[in-house]
Amino acid sequence: MPALIRNNKIVEDEWRFDASESGNVAVKRVYTLLDWKESDRPANSGVQMEPGDDCRELAEVFPRLDLIAVYFPAFTDGRGFSMARELRDLGYRGELRARGHILPDQLHFLRRCGFDAFQPDDSSRLEPSLARLQGFSEHYQAAVDQPLPLFRRRG
Amino acid sequence: MYAYDHYDQQLVDERVAQFRDQTSRYLAGDLTDAEFLPLRLQNGLYVQRLAPMLRIAVPYGLLSAVQVRKLGQITRDYDKGYAHISTRQNIQINWPRLEDVPEILAQLASVQMHAIQTSGNCIRNTTTDQFAGVAADEIEDPRPYCEIIRQWSTLHPEFAFLPRKFKIAVCGSHEDRAAIHAHDIGLELHANAAGEMGFRVLVGGGLGRTPVIGSEICPWLERRHLLSYLEAILRVYNKHGRRDNKYKARIKILVKAMGVDAFRRAVEAEWASLKDGPTTLTKTEITRMATFFSPPPYEQLDAAAETAAIDEAAAAEPLFANWLRRNTVAHRVDGYRAVTVSLKATGNPPGDVTDSQLDLLAELCEQFSFGELRTTHQQNIVLADVRERDLHTLWRALQAGGLASPNAGYLTDIICCPGGDFCSLANAKSIPVAEAIQERFDDLDYLYDMGPLELNISGCMNACGHHHIGHIGILGVDKKGEEFYQVSLGGSQSKDASIGKILGPSFSRAEMPDVIEKILSVYVAERLEDETFLQAFRRIGMQPFKERVYARVDPQ
Repeated sequence: MPALIRNNKIVEDEWRFDASESGNVAVKRVYTLLDWKESDRPANSGVQMEPGDDCRELAEVFPRLDLIAVYFPAFTDGRGFSMARELRDLGYRGELRARGHILPDQLHFLRRCGFDAFQPDDSSRLEPSLARLQGFSEHYQAAVDQPLPLFRRRG
Repeated sequence: MYAYDHYDQQLVDERVAQFRDQTSRYLAGDLTDAEFLPLRLQNGLYVQRLAPMLRIAVPYGLLSAVQVRKLGQITRDYDKGYAHISTRQNIQINWPRLEDVPEILAQLASVQMHAIQTSGNCIRNTTTDQFAGVAADEIEDPRPYCEIIRQWSTLHPEFAFLPRKFKIAVCGSHEDRAAIHAHDIGLELHANAAGEMGFRVLVGGGLGRTPVIGSEICPWLERRHLLSYLEAILRVYNKHGRRDNKYKARIKILVKAMGVDAFRRAVEAEWASLKDGPTTLTKTEITRMATFFSPPPYEQLDAAAETAAIDEAAAAEPLFANWLRRNTVAHRVDGYRAVTVSLKATGNPPGDVTDSQLDLLAELCEQFSFGELRTTHQQNIVLADVRERDLHTLWRALQAGGLASPNAGYLTDIICCPGGDFCSLANAKSIPVAEAIQERFDDLDYLYDMGPLELNISGCMNACGHHHIGHIGILGVDKKGEEFYQVSLGGSQSKDASIGKILGPSFSRAEMPDVIEKILSVYVAERLEDETFLQAFRRIGMQPFKERVYARVDPQ
């Protein structure tokens, strides 16, 4: 089973992203935004967002979702950072997972934008990623992990 | 100037540790070239034609004597003894070894400097007026806001992987010396009808392949909303800017594609969720930042006596009189002037400064200008607070260091990118063109007769030499492997900003001094009394220049 970083630990994934995989009932299903909209929207499911998807479309059904994954086709495609902040600003509180081509050096920024789970394509990068999750001990800006900018906290 | 507290220091120290780690992983093969690329770029490190190039951030152009000395030492220890001032007021060194860069960054951190976000697809160094805080026409000092923007944009978690680079400039005076119309975001401090200070916000200006003058999206923004509004603009850009083609990825293309009104509505919709949130600036923060830029302890001087003394020295020494008139400007405070130290001596690549010149400048700013100096986007140095009675001594010292060229604002004060001699993006060399023009127009009487003239040279379409907004612009182009130069006329970087128009077919490098001379001969023949080159061009148009420059081409 694929692994990921969640709550500062490397854990096995209980979610199934590929619809064609043989159905293990214990494994929870992740939909694309389109499939989700066309399905009967079962509770406790997951949705994977692609760059360009509009996260406001999910706002009303957040309570039915246990997972929102945001896919990074390339680590240079920064749209997922804004999407994460928007999802958290819209009130999503469940697992928010960054998937795809993400670098260990990006985890700190991803976490600040509201992601709490990280799944790089290359699983050999889980260990180095975990080691670099903290990154910097202080930041100037307000973000999801620290809602007050430094200028409101500076003493 | 701004002084780091333990938060700022910790951040740059941790950044050095992070880059040390990234460099060693790269050298060990744990990071690919493609993956290391944006990481090193966001620390200012390019891989160039001959060696890496390190671009060091000089926030809004302000440096202390201690920092200038450190820069001198770094160019001596890790480079070939010279540095280059860029058109973003930053400092570049051209010969560091990759392995040494983490140590160079550590040395910079020891004097409150860094190279964060001097390159890459992120928010770059915020630039402003080199005469900020001292200009006679200043409305409000822009530097506190530049520092506020610097801190907000530094390691901003949401905007480190934008579609393309992003540049912000702030102007706080009547005359625009920060080229705010040519920036992704331009901010202009001004008072509304009620007399309250705020920002006019321009967006989507830029040079490069598609030069565009910025459009106004907000006529007056309350100062406390500055950061939340910037955040809204950046979010719209991050979400919707094009990522499929790097030549269409700047915000100007998005603004054009959406139309400025639709873009403004998108920003306002985004802003609705950010406005009045925690990012809203507090009075305390604005005041705290302003305190860092409060005036130095000026002496109370008798303006008439100061001026009389200096006039006497000028009458005795015409060379000094030239320099005094061209390279110093009026100061807010009686008995002081701001001095432009020209880095445009003939034979000196525009903007280059040696380690010993850096040492000299550090000493002179300590002696004569409260221990600070500024880099300018015209690639010169400014000592902003010099007593008039010290000008002659200062001039002598600058002369001895080869830093007293009396050409600030004139034809030979050329803005020029490093070009094909250094840069791997360039289509053509730019420094030899600048040198040839400087040699041709070495006669000071002629130079002064041509009046204020901005000649800008870029070695490629990326337009680092700002050729589009030069009164005369020169662009290096590649035609079947040969270097040619295209000339444009009528650009301007002021509040009446304009993009230059192309004169016609391009020229070989050898032809360039003649071409410039012909252009100037048209100006001399056509100008009305007191009319500058730009004013004359705007009145008479391109045709007379075209006719003169291409006249010798025989149609057979």
